[in-house]
Amino acid sequence: MMNKRLWGFAAGAALAALAAVPASAHRQWMMPSSTVVSGDDVWVTVDAAVSNDLFYFEHQPMRLDAMKAWAPDGTEAAIENKSTGRYRSTFDVHLTQKGTWRIASVADMLTGSYDLNGKTERLPRGTTTTNLAERLPAGATNVKTAEANNRNEIFVSVGEPTTTLFKPVGKGIELVPVTHPNDLVAGETATFQFLFDGKPTAGLPVTVIQGGIRYRDQLGQMDLTTGADGKVEMTWAEPGMYWLNVTTPQVERKEGEGAPPPLARRASYVTTLEVLAP
Amino acid sequence: MQLSTRALVLGSTVGLGAAFAAPALAADPGTMDVTINIPRLKVAEYHKPYVSIWVEKAGAKTKTVAVWYDHDMKANEGTKWLRDVRQWWRVSGRSLTFPANGITGATRAPGAHKISFSRAQLGAAAPGQYTLVIEAAREVGGRELLRIPFSWPAKAGAGGRAAGKTELGAVAVSFR
Repeated sequence: MMNKRLWGFAAGAALAALAAVPASAHRQWMMPSSTVVSGDDVWVTVDAAVSNDLFYFEHQPMRLDAMKAWAPDGTEAAIENKSTGRYRSTFDVHLTQKGTWRIASVADMLTGSYDLNGKTERLPRGTTTTNLAERLPAGATNVKTAEANNRNEIFVSVGEPTTTLFKPVGKGIELVPVTHPNDLVAGETATFQFLFDGKPTAGLPVTVIQGGIRYRDQLGQMDLTTGADGKVEMTWAEPGMYWLNVTTPQVERKEGEGAPPPLARRASYVTTLEVLAP
Repeated sequence: MQLSTRALVLGSTVGLGAAFAAPALAADPGTMDVTINIPRLKVAEYHKPYVSIWVEKAGAKTKTVAVWYDHDMKANEGTKWLRDVRQWWRVSGRSLTFPANGITGATRAPGAHKISFSRAQLGAAAPGQYTLVIEAAREVGGRELLRIPFSWPAKAGAGGRAAGKTELGAVAVSFR
């Protein structure tokens, strides 16, 4: 009984710490030099950081270990000129094809515990569903796991936006473009559909915040929720760069109670959207 | 009644005649003349603006009729800034390849520039209401867009005008 309570607390804390974008904490983001691009030999430079205010690199750099880029035809492209500084990471992608490119950092993690020789041990960092078996020591019992999938991705279009890269992989939260994320204009309404593990999912909280927080008094964030078909609509009041975050529903801690039991499954999604002036 | 109609026709012919010396009571016009004034700006760093001209019709595909940009730079580098003509880039430019045959032109210096389009060039095969849109974007400068509605078949003497405030001067459309 005691063990169980302890586990619940520890796992909850561990999940909160590991989730890319825990509620009421730092925001992870990528900032591309452009999202709508013309020309024959073009590059995009991306800054990547974790901070409170959007989009100011002032806290921690985002790690680039899992950063990948895909050309419109689906081939993987190089992340070039990588550098991680004190407050931000930066890298380039050479956009050698016309169409929509994706740049993403995806983390699939497994947290949890097991019992061995009468003691409860935490699963080591870097455990995933695929390597769980080899990471568990012989004789481990009472294995408890919670899976978290965190996706942070941005899109850049050279010429006409394309949708070739939006085939869902079926894991974590993914965006389906009803409105293309590189075709956003102030005053218009955009619709995105969100999938959780490949299925359109209702009730996912969606947060949208415009950049430039440092120079305004009100956060002005949009708090939205996906509808029955996983779709959510938002209207852009102003042109600018926006941070969009979708998570699996958070369990609220009730007054006078301990932390809620850990969710077996959590996921988050982050993208940065550029809204152009009309 | 007869007289007042004649007077109207005459009135419009006079206006047209003054500009283009068109014969009175000509057949339906086949050509649109557009005069675009590019303002002379007192700025420290001046670059001639990129200008796109296109035709819109409700329910029809947008048709670009002219793009003035730095088309003769090495390695086609001038295309990098085409997206700054942002509304045009969205409705038409991004689906074109450059240099685009028949519509590419060099940037123009401040002053009045006349450019003419046939009905076929305008893509105005179907009779109806159209809009000619002119958008200018200047490197290290601003951007401005003007819209001039017109109908086809055009009437002799019909036309339209609009005046920009920053990146474009007066723009006039007439038919002959």
